[in-house]
Amino acid sequence: MTLKTILAGATLALGLATGAAADGHEPVTVGFVYVGPVGDGGWTYEHDQGRLAVEAEFGDKVETVFVESVPEGPDAERVMTQMALQGADLIFTTSFGYMDQTIAVAEKFPNVRFEHATGYKRADNVSTYSARFYEGRAVQGHIAGQITESNVIGYIASFPIPEVIRGINAAYIHAKEVNPDVEFKIVWAYTWFDPAKEAEAATVLIEQGADVILQHTDSTAPQAAAQAAGNVATFGQASDMAEFAPFPRVSSIIDNWAPYYVARTQAVIDGTWESTDTWDGIAPGMVGIGEITDAVPAEVKASAEALIERLRSGEYHAFTGPLNKQDGSAWLAAGETADDGTLAGMNFYVEGLSGDIPQ
Amino acid sequence: MITLEKRPQPSRLWVFATPVLAVVLTMLCGGLLFAALGQNPFETIRTIFLDPLFSEFAWFYRPQLLIKGAPLVLIAIGLSFGFRAGIWNIGAEGQYIVGAIFGAAVGLAFYPMESIIIFPLMIVAGALGGFLWAMIPGILRVRFGTNEILVSLMLVYVAEQLLASMALGVLRNPDGMGFPGSRNLAQYDSATSWINQSAGLHWGVAFAFIAVICAYVALSRHIFGFNVRLSGQSPRAARFAGVNPSRLVLICMGISGALAGLAGLFEVSGPAGQISIDFNVGYGFTAIIVAFLGRLHPVGILLAGGLMALTYIGGEIAQSNLGLPIAAIQILQGMLLFFLLAVDVLTNYRVRLGKRGIA
Repeated sequence: MTLKTILAGATLALGLATGAAADGHEPVTVGFVYVGPVGDGGWTYEHDQGRLAVEAEFGDKVETVFVESVPEGPDAERVMTQMALQGADLIFTTSFGYMDQTIAVAEKFPNVRFEHATGYKRADNVSTYSARFYEGRAVQGHIAGQITESNVIGYIASFPIPEVIRGINAAYIHAKEVNPDVEFKIVWAYTWFDPAKEAEAATVLIEQGADVILQHTDSTAPQAAAQAAGNVATFGQASDMAEFAPFPRVSSIIDNWAPYYVARTQAVIDGTWESTDTWDGIAPGMVGIGEITDAVPAEVKASAEALIERLRSGEYHAFTGPLNKQDGSAWLAAGETADDGTLAGMNFYVEGLSGDIPQ
Repeated sequence: MITLEKRPQPSRLWVFATPVLAVVLTMLCGGLLFAALGQNPFETIRTIFLDPLFSEFAWFYRPQLLIKGAPLVLIAIGLSFGFRAGIWNIGAEGQYIVGAIFGAAVGLAFYPMESIIIFPLMIVAGALGGFLWAMIPGILRVRFGTNEILVSLMLVYVAEQLLASMALGVLRNPDGMGFPGSRNLAQYDSATSWINQSAGLHWGVAFAFIAVICAYVALSRHIFGFNVRLSGQSPRAARFAGVNPSRLVLICMGISGALAGLAGLFEVSGPAGQISIDFNVGYGFTAIIVAFLGRLHPVGILLAGGLMALTYIGGEIAQSNLGLPIAAIQILQGMLLFFLLAVDVLTNYRVRLGKRGIA
């Protein structure tokens, strides 16, 4: 017997189970595959908060399972297959690097629904979802540009993928807008979660004169490094990281997956689930901005809150022209806003940033 | 009063009994740990050690054991030669990465041509890549007397940077929308190491078994094996017997590097599929545990590799079915090596109860 035939049998059985679940006869099982530990205090922690929200919302009607710290590769494929075999009806795979594995497993289990975070490959039973974190980055840049005294802002970048590059560009544009002398120093850590590497990156940036540090990695290690340095401000990443408030952490980007996870689970229960591509920002609440502390001057706080409001209302887009690319070529004319296609595949810096995107 | 008395020579019985004892002790202490975490210890131990082999979905897990175990066994066999001779290659992870890069580069260079010659060329390139990377610490030791432990370990981090640069640069998938990572070799018929994916069979599994047999023959029947063992037990005697220590260093480093490179090549062209920034998940380091758990004996390594794979896969099942945190699984794996080293004392010493006689 080949795997295909066995799996066909298994999926048939699962199909029946899913049908029963849709009628409310047994709990719907929702699986979560995490790239870091649930206690990372950042990315994975917020996904797990979303999972807990699903449990709180549906109680006995839903059962959730999760596996943490799953490497992006064959291990992820095995974990997903195992969840599907054990009867999961809906599986959230919460890291970009799970993309090909999610598609591969979804092919074998046509009756299980998959939701892949931050990727771009979809299928009839695979949805993708992500948040417009760059809106939050714009707010960070706006604050950072005004509170820096050395005019050097450090940026701990994770991997050179469009999502991270978007964040750097959005932060830089809005820092430059309020402070023409501002300079960004970027360190590529090549990790989403590695406290030791992140602390090292933060220390290097502080030594190079940065007095504000933005991070696109998930641990609180840079916050601790900034706290040790004394006069360096930071922003919480993915999670509020409020334990470092009011200083060094002066604000944060909070990923709020709970409403989305609850809605998608509801769709499975109702039998209305469809493959979609969701990209939500501040307005629907998927991107939250953590409290701006009093360590930030009152007028800066007020203007940052005004910016948040303009982003929320849709009156302002975080990428609004005139903007040039790093090489000086024109990108957006005055008043023109970036289209989602360009943003989704963004692989260039805007004018003014120094250094190259690692190739 | 308990005293230890040195045995005139290592006990043959305990050489074989200590690994089993270590596993039993690990199960006992692991059970206590799981009980302290509020789990049923018997159910947890059963889930980790037996469910992958005998549960309802064992037809899926058994092939996964081959996939997870093959690279461990292949690398550990290579390491065992050097470890026996007192040559400490700690950098198999780096050789694994470079082998994967070399092999994948050859495969990708031919894309999309289909030919039977491509995969054999990739195998040669993979072995060569690992071999060359291992030659750096080898030659430095022979020529300048550097410490191969440090040099080989440091080269792991160099290899990781090389991997990132390959995934972002020359080997990046031109159709990948700017995202890092190469084309998927598992979907390229001439370059894939899969023989039968549903049975968990790829060429790495075949090579792992071949390596076990070759190592067994070499160590027990061939003068090379005698020289290796002699050098480890008594370097002076080995020199009198005509063993050239420099050549032995290069041969042992070369074998371990080439086998690690092969493991990387088979992984990248099969289970992993592509060169990505975090392609390596620590097989090169885990293989060190496997080599010692298997007493540096080929058959022992085969069994140890299987056991290690079992704890990984069983650990994932325990996470998703019982909600066990991954840290508990990692403690269990750590205990295994700890107890092995601890009970090793029984091999070389006799335990005596009562007062030591006056000499």
